[in-house]
Amino acid sequence: MRGRPSLQVVAFAVAVAGVHLAAQAAGRGFFLTQLTMSAWYTLVVLGLSLLMGYAGQISLGQAGFFAIGGYASAALTTLDLAPHRGHALVAALARARLLVPRADLFGGEALSVAPWAAFAVAVALGAAVAVAIGIPVLRLKGHYLAMATLAFGTIVSSVVVGSQGLGAADGISGVPPFELVPGLRVGGGGGDRVRNYYLAWGVVALALWLLLNLIRSRVGRALGAIHGAEDAARAMGVDVARLKLRTFVLAAVMATVAGSLLTHYNGGIGPSEASVLKSVRYVAIVAVGGMGSLWGTLAASSVLNFLSLRGTFGTWDDAVFGAILVGVMLFAPEGILQANLRALLRPLGIGRGEEGA
Amino acid sequence: MTLLEVRGVSKRFGGVRAVRGVSFAVPKGAIKGVIGPNGAGKTTLFDVVSGFRAPDEGEVLLRGAPVQGLPPHAVAALGMSRTFQNIKLFGHMTALENVMVGRHVRSRAGFLGGMLQLPGARREEREIARAALDAMDFLGVRDLADAPAGRLAYGQQRAVELARALAADPEILLLDEPAAGLNMRETADLAKLVVRIRDRGVTVLLVEHDMSLVMGVCDEVVVLCFGEKIADAPPREVQRDPDVVRVYLGE
Repeated sequence: MRGRPSLQVVAFAVAVAGVHLAAQAAGRGFFLTQLTMSAWYTLVVLGLSLLMGYAGQISLGQAGFFAIGGYASAALTTLDLAPHRGHALVAALARARLLVPRADLFGGEALSVAPWAAFAVAVALGAAVAVAIGIPVLRLKGHYLAMATLAFGTIVSSVVVGSQGLGAADGISGVPPFELVPGLRVGGGGGDRVRNYYLAWGVVALALWLLLNLIRSRVGRALGAIHGAEDAARAMGVDVARLKLRTFVLAAVMATVAGSLLTHYNGGIGPSEASVLKSVRYVAIVAVGGMGSLWGTLAASSVLNFLSLRGTFGTWDDAVFGAILVGVMLFAPEGILQANLRALLRPLGIGRGEEGA
Repeated sequence: MTLLEVRGVSKRFGGVRAVRGVSFAVPKGAIKGVIGPNGAGKTTLFDVVSGFRAPDEGEVLLRGAPVQGLPPHAVAALGMSRTFQNIKLFGHMTALENVMVGRHVRSRAGFLGGMLQLPGARREEREIARAALDAMDFLGVRDLADAPAGRLAYGQQRAVELARALAADPEILLLDEPAAGLNMRETADLAKLVVRIRDRGVTVLLVEHDMSLVMGVCDEVVVLCFGEKIADAPPREVQRDPDVVRVYLGE
């Protein structure tokens, strides 16, 4: 009998609530802010973990997809179409509530794209770019794939820094909260802190449940087969190129969603989110968690991102993640958390059932 | 009725002509063997038939429809399954999971079905597991279902690989040197097994180095030498063929 994803996710939800209560009891309620941000970054690395650990493909361009999501949402929800109110198209979009009025910095009324519409555009854009990049790039393997995705990340990064429309080196600020349903909004207002914490980790739990289901399914076995013996997988009817592309797009969409929502939470985004160093950091976290272990990735991401966001590593932040990556590759290519964490969690029924795939 | 037909297939690697204008037919329900000394072009021919290599010239017809140049997964979807000379199992997966992958072509659940555990996908998953266990039963390795494939003994790995190929319910099964690494007794068991597979209604094409297996079970045998076909007849006739004797025993 293997661990059931639903039960594992319930155990995870209990842990999330436990951390909240512990932070509260310790008088460190403000930790929830960094924990919430850490959750959105965790969404990025869970997708990358599927891509690297299960499909066996590396991407050094995940920050690029994160940035596409963040910048698309930020740009669309902060642009001002009020001067063009008279234009037929603008008027029609406003009537369809795709454009909403909001107060600008000087108290005047601006007309911007509604957050959910911007989110839809961001995700569609991220997926489209992933397909366009993935088709040529996934023909490559190993170092070449790493370099090609690195190049993609570099391009996004330079576009972002070089575009006045995207705020160049300053990025975009003043991004409004994203009201998902009445009373539940992704945004940094003090009163929303607890709700945002549960919302973000709820999305992570949902993603985890979906991915745990996936790796135990027909598609998950096919991914494992590609990883194990690609020729044999092909001989058994697995369309390798198509499966790799879909996994790549899934991971990219997860990064895009995270980018968009974290940008709403922070109220803005800057070019550092698009930097290649961020992509390296994501890869380092997956490596620490252990290739092919969603739970290991989850644990590594929660802790490392939280510490980083609390400023624990100071000015050495990027260097720490680089050093971690080198260290893991040299001394524990299976991932530091892999063996120990599994042994630790096995009695709880966590971490089983994903070993196979 | 001809199930598989190879027509004038040639394949070059640089200056080496590995296969030269080879033609033969595999009747439905037959066990056909391809033999030849090392370097005769057996493996290349096998790769061309199963879609792993495109031929430079010639055609491969499955039920009369050309399949040469199609990628392996497309050929598999048309009812052709294969094993590998140097067994290729998914070592980190269990034996059962390996065999379940064999069922890939007979199932269709995608990303959404798998992630959301949709009812259709769950039903299909049970069907996949049942078919995989049936195939393991047939090969007598059902009790190995939960063992990691990478830790199985050599003979067990061969059996699991065969179960994986059979789980696809193929119309034709291609066996690439199935007797490689087996002792005489295991080879005799394999011969019986190949006949049982055919009796299930699966046509078999096997490439083999081991003469005893081929002569014992095949209805017809193609003999290759330096990429060319030098004989194509029932085993008894092939054994008497002067060209074949010369190739195998020297003059």
